[in-house]
Amino acid sequence: MKNELKELYKYRELLYAITFRDIKVRYKQSVMGFLWAVLMPIMIIFSGVVVRYAYGLAAGKPLNTQDIASVAVKSIPWAFVVASIRFACNSLTSNYSLVTKIYFPKEIFPMAAVLACLFDFFVASTALVVILMVMKIGWSTYLVWTPALLLTMVLLATGIGLIVSAASLFLRDVKYIVEIVLTFGIFFTPVFYESRMLGEKGKWLLLNPLAPLLEGLSSCIVRHQSPALSWFAYSLGFALATLLAGFVFFKHLEPAFAESI
Amino acid sequence: MSDIALLMEHVYKKFRKGETYNSLRDLVPAMTGKMFRGELNQSDKREFWALQDLSFEVKRGEAFGIIGRNGAGKSTALKILSRIMKPTKGRMVVNGRLSALIEVTAGFHQDLTGRENIFLHGTILGMAKREIQSKLDQIIAFSGIEEFIDTPVKHYSSGMYTRLGFSIAAHVDPEVLIVDEVLSVGDYVFQQRCMDRMHSIIHSGTTVLFVSHNLKAVTEICTRTMLLERGKALAIDETGAVIRKYLKEGIPSTKSKEEKSVYISKVTMRDRAGEQSTFESGQKAWVDVEVTARKAIDKLAVVIWFTDQTQYIIFHTSTERLGFAPFSLQPGGTYRCTFELDLNIAHGTFQLVTEIYRYDIQKSYDRYYPVTTIFVGSTTAVGGAVNCFPRLIESETFAPSGQPCEV
Repeated sequence: MKNELKELYKYRELLYAITFRDIKVRYKQSVMGFLWAVLMPIMIIFSGVVVRYAYGLAAGKPLNTQDIASVAVKSIPWAFVVASIRFACNSLTSNYSLVTKIYFPKEIFPMAAVLACLFDFFVASTALVVILMVMKIGWSTYLVWTPALLLTMVLLATGIGLIVSAASLFLRDVKYIVEIVLTFGIFFTPVFYESRMLGEKGKWLLLNPLAPLLEGLSSCIVRHQSPALSWFAYSLGFALATLLAGFVFFKHLEPAFAESI
Repeated sequence: MSDIALLMEHVYKKFRKGETYNSLRDLVPAMTGKMFRGELNQSDKREFWALQDLSFEVKRGEAFGIIGRNGAGKSTALKILSRIMKPTKGRMVVNGRLSALIEVTAGFHQDLTGRENIFLHGTILGMAKREIQSKLDQIIAFSGIEEFIDTPVKHYSSGMYTRLGFSIAAHVDPEVLIVDEVLSVGDYVFQQRCMDRMHSIIHSGTTVLFVSHNLKAVTEICTRTMLLERGKALAIDETGAVIRKYLKEGIPSTKSKEEKSVYISKVTMRDRAGEQSTFESGQKAWVDVEVTARKAIDKLAVVIWFTDQTQYIIFHTSTERLGFAPFSLQPGGTYRCTFELDLNIAHGTFQLVTEIYRYDIQKSYDRYYPVTTIFVGSTTAVGGAVNCFPRLIESETFAPSGQPCEV
């Protein structure tokens, strides 16, 4: 484990180079590249607004700006997680020739996939900041929680990315399963709604490690409150455990990559 | 530091052939089926050994070759040395920074320009960014595609593509360099440049492990060579000796001598004094061939040819082509013939091959491969395959005015 981390550190320049390659290729045509980063979040935000509007009508409560801002704040990180898991899942098989021809720590591929998606996330976030400013959401000292929540999300995405990338190298239909889970996962994650809307049973939804993180972001950015700390600790623990398990799993399978791909 | 750069000790590598389950759709039913039949732990018997008990060492600064037929295990050995694959059993040691020219364009991305790909692929091969920066001009100049360096590589011709790949790889400056069949890229000029680069890499003290089918290149580069056959090392020795052994193994005969209906019982190549292996360019030489039959056989001819070290046939002839009627043999009968040759071959090493052949049904009965390796020396300094015995009969230099210059 220690040696493997040391080696990964030795190859850090390669991680940057592959990340840079993925970003560069995507933004080669600058207009399309930018669109790529914002299209998915915009679609999610709009569908969230529609869902919230319908919910408001049924409940007899009008839609307020805070609800819209909350949907927007949660949609963009959700889009990041979905994109990075999807991209990481295919990262080994789409780099076929490098996996079979040249030696280096192969976890660089799923990691670079997550980092490239993180870049998209920041592009979309700048757009989000403008929207939030227009909506006059304001700011508070609780914003200091944002980096910690985002970092946990990155760790979680990396852990899952490591597992699914290695698994999909050996079993080609894993990526279809991942795709289905990612498509319908939004209904099991409080992106368009809040877990408390479900009353007592909403607690169960928070077991999804992403849920406390998204709600935490909404709390500290939109509602100027501290995130629920015990749930955040749960998510952080879950993310670290996933990352560790993912790394061990990936490293265990790595020697067989070249002959199985 | 020890003086051993590469070491393999009793390395085995097992592969599984046949069906493997690479999707859950296949794996789950197969596993449940096996579980019900209670054979979950049965190992499957469709495995084969790509490498068996392979041991060799390469000293620091040495150029070591690996030759062998397709499927002999050369690429597997290289993949194990470059750590892409793990050996099933055995120990492997590499001392120093290793770089493998196994697939020189593996790291390229189609949409990036040549320059961007130099940085990307250079990093993949283990160079630091600053190192690439300092070698950038050299790399571009070596590839010879200065004009198109800022064009996306998807617009490159396949030759330009590989040339760029080789140029990057050739500038890595590793301590151990593994080369697999990359010198066969590009045009003649580029190949020559690659060979020169290889020589300078070796001169600078880099250990080189060279795998190729191009025996001429192996002879030029490597001092010692290993012959692989079905995953085992048949010989590890001085390059010339190993290549001779490899050629002698030749095309594996499907039948042993006892089973053949007719076979070449004796072949000698001689000059006036008797059997020889060294000849002088332009001299006369004789090839005696004796054929023995076990069964009655009709309409045969004896074919002889010379190949150079790249297996290129530089000369061939046969009894039938020289106007002799096909011969027939009774069981136990023999046939003898002698070819007289003017050896107008340039300086070099060549193989003599003989074959019993029936022209009308195009069937080869026996091939003796090679009979001998002959070394041809020449007093005239010529290169290539043939000796045209050149003589310079006129030489004059002219001034711009058109007047002959005095020497």
